[in-house]
Amino acid sequence: MNYIASIGSYFIMIREVFKKPTKWPIMRKLILKEIDELIYGSLGIIIFISFFIGGVVAIQTALNITNPLIPRNLIGFATRQSVILEFAPTFTSIIMAGKVGSYITSSIGTMRVTEQIDALEVMGINSLNYLVFPKIIAMLLYPFVIAIAMYVGIFGGWIAGVFGGFSSSADFVEGIQLDFIPFHVAYSFIKTIAFALIIATIPSFHGFYMRGGALEVGKASTTSFVWTSVVIIIVNYVLTQLLLG
Amino acid sequence: MIKVDDIHKSFGEAHILKGVSTQFEKGKTNLIIGQSGSGKTVFLKCLLGLFSPDKGNIIYNGKIYRNLTGDQQRNLRQEIGMVFQGSALFDSMTVEENVMFPLDMFTKQSKSEMQDRVNIVLRRVNLKDAHHKYPSEISGGMQKRVAIARAIVMNPKYLFCDEPNSGLDPKTAILIDNLIHEITQEFDITTVINTHDMNSVMEIGEKIVFLKNGYKEWEGSNKEIFKTDNKAVTDFVYSSDLFKKVRQMYLEERN
Repeated sequence: MNYIASIGSYFIMIREVFKKPTKWPIMRKLILKEIDELIYGSLGIIIFISFFIGGVVAIQTALNITNPLIPRNLIGFATRQSVILEFAPTFTSIIMAGKVGSYITSSIGTMRVTEQIDALEVMGINSLNYLVFPKIIAMLLYPFVIAIAMYVGIFGGWIAGVFGGFSSSADFVEGIQLDFIPFHVAYSFIKTIAFALIIATIPSFHGFYMRGGALEVGKASTTSFVWTSVVIIIVNYVLTQLLLG
Repeated sequence: MIKVDDIHKSFGEAHILKGVSTQFEKGKTNLIIGQSGSGKTVFLKCLLGLFSPDKGNIIYNGKIYRNLTGDQQRNLRQEIGMVFQGSALFDSMTVEENVMFPLDMFTKQSKSEMQDRVNIVLRRVNLKDAHHKYPSEISGGMQKRVAIARAIVMNPKYLFCDEPNSGLDPKTAILIDNLIHEITQEFDITTVINTHDMNSVMEIGEKIVFLKNGYKEWEGSNKEIFKTDNKAVTDFVYSSDLFKKVRQMYLEERN
């Protein structure tokens, strides 16, 4: 019953986020600040993870090709498919649920605990719009992060494949180009936009409606990470079934 | 003036406010006192519109709050200044940005006009050389003064303070009390303070409302509180020997 009530509260929150907008000059500053915090601030870790994930996928694929009849360009092909379809959008989003999600929950939760949200409300400000809307807009740039993750992941695969002696550069590049279906990239970006909204709103919900003190802020961050990850995985399954099934 | 007419508020089974009626006069420092759990904070949050009473009305200058439209309620809130117990300053903003925030949000003033107004209110609360510091870089007393500056920067008609001197040393607590009292008279605003501090009761309580178990047990001024026979009030206010002696001296002087 509590879960149903929470789901209801979540959708009510989403509706409130879009009501009574904050003055544009202030909102513009908030959006730019969130882009810096959520998007720009995540690029380093995303590039680092994507590079090594791509490399590991290439190595794993190469090590599992035992049959000499299987062409070596499969390494590039498998790396491309794995990175574009799953690793860049989904795996990266789970990482972002931890990094960005816990930041969102703890920052909003701390504002709740220290009565800063009450201060906004008393002033007559729609605190949900002020706090959550800029995060949603900033996260709309998330597909650009995933595009970078795709590029770097495949590049990491190429480095590992070629310099690890598993594949020639020509074979790898041929594999990347083999049977390329552009819709797979579109599918990946559609998923990414859905994940971006999930990463911006579920942690905000857990931070905004938390009660208690500093300990509860920590608990809310953990709960928010768990629920954000669960919802990402479910939505990933549903969208895959709808778009590719 | 704020009139409170028979307000009730419950949370689940817990009946917190059980029909409180009173009124807070303009230009006066009004205090709400009572033991922990007596309903003071819920009462204050009902006055602020953060909680909606289950029954009864809160009337601001003749306007019943619950009958106002959403926009009218928001406009009314812009006439309210609030000093929270923990100051509730925005961590990511400097002192100056905190005080400027309501002006930036709700007025069309130029940057220099806002800057002038911020300088005036920061000077009024005796804060110098802290404009560019963050809340974490200043003392608790200074944070309270910034919170007061932010609360009065829009020239509010109503000022609410929740335990404004909690966590402060006695000297700073008296400074904050006096500052709020002076501002109330200077700007002719209706001030309502939620407090546990008996010094505040004695010094600045022009009207005191004593809550007990969700009821209004007693109301009167800081002069009348010396003379009251209400056992609940005397047990609460004169629980320390010092205040018992102060009361005795006051009564002997009057006789």
